[in-house]
Amino acid sequence: MVSLNHYLVLSGILFSIGTAGVFLRRNLITILLSIEIMLNAVNLTFVAVGRYLGTVDGQIITFFVMTVAAAEAAVGLALVIALFRHRETLSPDAFTLLKW
Amino acid sequence: MDLNTIGFFVFGAIAVLASLGVIGQRNPMHSVMLLIVSFGALAGLYILLDAPFSAVTQIIIYAGAIMVLFLFVVMLLNAHTEADALPQVIGPRGMQIGAVLSVLLAGEVVWGLSRLGLTWFGNDPATIANISSVSRIGIAIFTTHAFAFEVTSILILVSMVGAVVIARREH
Repeated sequence: MVSLNHYLVLSGILFSIGTAGVFLRRNLITILLSIEIMLNAVNLTFVAVGRYLGTVDGQIITFFVMTVAAAEAAVGLALVIALFRHRETLSPDAFTLLKW
Repeated sequence: MDLNTIGFFVFGAIAVLASLGVIGQRNPMHSVMLLIVSFGALAGLYILLDAPFSAVTQIIIYAGAIMVLFLFVVMLLNAHTEADALPQVIGPRGMQIGAVLSVLLAGEVVWGLSRLGLTWFGNDPATIANISSVSRIGIAIFTTHAFAFEVTSILILVSMVGAVVIARREH
């Protein structure tokens, strides 16, 4: 039998994979993909807890998170294109103008 | 082992392995493809959780629309290799610390949840029919959550204008 804890552990593992991707990768597109992994891990938590509580609210929040993810992807990829046009690279190490 | 348990472990393993592949691939194109596999496995988990609406929106919106946007940008920029020659700002030590922090986060979540008692899902057929009904979700979105729904439309409008303005070529 599968309990709520199983789903929460799976979600935590997926979220950690996403954070590892943000920390370890040196490619702006892969970093955005890692953020999508994290958003999906949170979605899994919402759906699992909604199933546990017996309400549709978890699925509705998932729906809104997907909308926000779409908006985030559109703006993030536009920023990536603008940055690539300036420096011809996708490495975040090339964009340190504001670094103190 | 019933079908739900087997499905959970199969889909969970696919999701974790595909996500590890996403952050392990050098080629962004392969990363995007593996992320679509991971999203498909998550859609299977949503079906096991009696949430077919979330499963279908996961496939249509995430795998169908957002990932196509990513693929489009990967092909547009044609940047298939990760630049290793650039001096890294945080250095290898910083990346090791980041990896250790991620593993610690996973360990912390697993440890904390394993200390709690197991919480079982309810099996009441009426509740399951209630939460898997798309019409219930629609009614809740357009009545209880109507304000959030309208704010979402403004968010999408703003992000659309923002994307056009940011990616525009300066003259």
